[in-house]
Amino acid sequence: MYNKGTIIPGLIIFVLLITFPLWFNAFSTASTVPKVELPPGGQKECVKPAAEMRANHMVLLNEWRDDVLRNGNRATVTAGGKEYRKGLQTACMACHTNKEKFCDSCHVYTSVTPFCWDCHLTPSVAAAKKETN
Amino acid sequence: MDKQRRKFLKIAGVTVLAGMSAPVVVNLTAAPPALASAGKGQATTSVPAAAHGGEAAPKGVRLGMLIDMRKLYGRPELLEKVMAVCNKVHNIPKIDNKKSEIKWIWKTPYANAFIDQSTNHSSKIARENDFLVLCNHCNQPPCVRVCPTKATFVDTKTGIVAMDYHRCIGCRFCMMGCPYGARSFNWMDPQPFIKELNPNFPARMRGVVEKCNFCGERLALGKEPACVEAVKEVGAIVFGDLNDPQSEICRILDKEHTIQRSAALGTQPSVFYIV
Repeated sequence: MYNKGTIIPGLIIFVLLITFPLWFNAFSTASTVPKVELPPGGQKECVKPAAEMRANHMVLLNEWRDDVLRNGNRATVTAGGKEYRKGLQTACMACHTNKEKFCDSCHVYTSVTPFCWDCHLTPSVAAAKKETN
Repeated sequence: MDKQRRKFLKIAGVTVLAGMSAPVVVNLTAAPPALASAGKGQATTSVPAAAHGGEAAPKGVRLGMLIDMRKLYGRPELLEKVMAVCNKVHNIPKIDNKKSEIKWIWKTPYANAFIDQSTNHSSKIARENDFLVLCNHCNQPPCVRVCPTKATFVDTKTGIVAMDYHRCIGCRFCMMGCPYGARSFNWMDPQPFIKELNPNFPARMRGVVEKCNFCGERLALGKEPACVEAVKEVGAIVFGDLNDPQSEICRILDKEHTIQRSAALGTQPSVFYIV
């Protein structure tokens, strides 16, 4: 091989450069998967297994929305022996009371901005308005 | 070579002819089914169609409301109570501005509530009292006809003209369509104007139209609409299924003379008044 002395170090530098995101992430602490706050009330069971909720909660919320609003199907869902009315405020946030520590932690990490809370109220927002009036 | 060209031209000619005559052949073979469908059409027309403007036989549930104004005359505090309860239950903002105010149920003079009934010499009662008005949950709702996104629609299980705020794009066609002014547009974020929040019901956002939902969320829990409950002490509002002849509302409708708002428009309101 001609120019072995430059080609091999060059190749090594090239490989190191294109794998930069991989090994940078492996060693840095800039981006750690967020830890969400479990329900402060101590509820252990969600309406679906945690992994499924993590992946598809937005689909479930859309299904609930269509059920309640459009199909008139307001049947309750039972989880851990407790009945919940389908809804972000009536079911989800009854346990996950802290939006900032639960919802936001992942949404900020993944840079998604759902518009749920343009209308829907978090327990803390609702409680704040209760006290002042 | 020559022979091959001759053969090719022959085949091409035959193919073109076949292609041109194909539609004729297809039409000929399709004729019998067409005749059959014509026969079927005749059969269906023998079923008597509903007369124009006539009432079709009612089916399913159609929720309606009867407001007995006789029990509310001279008691403006009851009207205020109804409005306050509704505002609280549904997180309705209080905006003191005619253009921006949000109304689900409100009070208005007789001449505004019943524009087609007002006369020069109206009674003292009609002149001195305000009347409760709300979305009429029409059987033929013009707002639903004009909504481009089906954000407002008739809930077929209850007959309620419902709103899906997730779909509303804020075009306000429904506000043009509604002859009762029962719809309000959120010109600004309503949340700062809500006095007290009900944690079990959402608020709305800027840019959507909102209106009375006949307390669909309360009906699901087996409760009566909030306004009905608010004046339960005098029994001024009766709520029930207009299609069930045994329901309380139907029995009163049979007995009493009632009027609807702008009935001549043909929207078939579900809210009735005894005045």
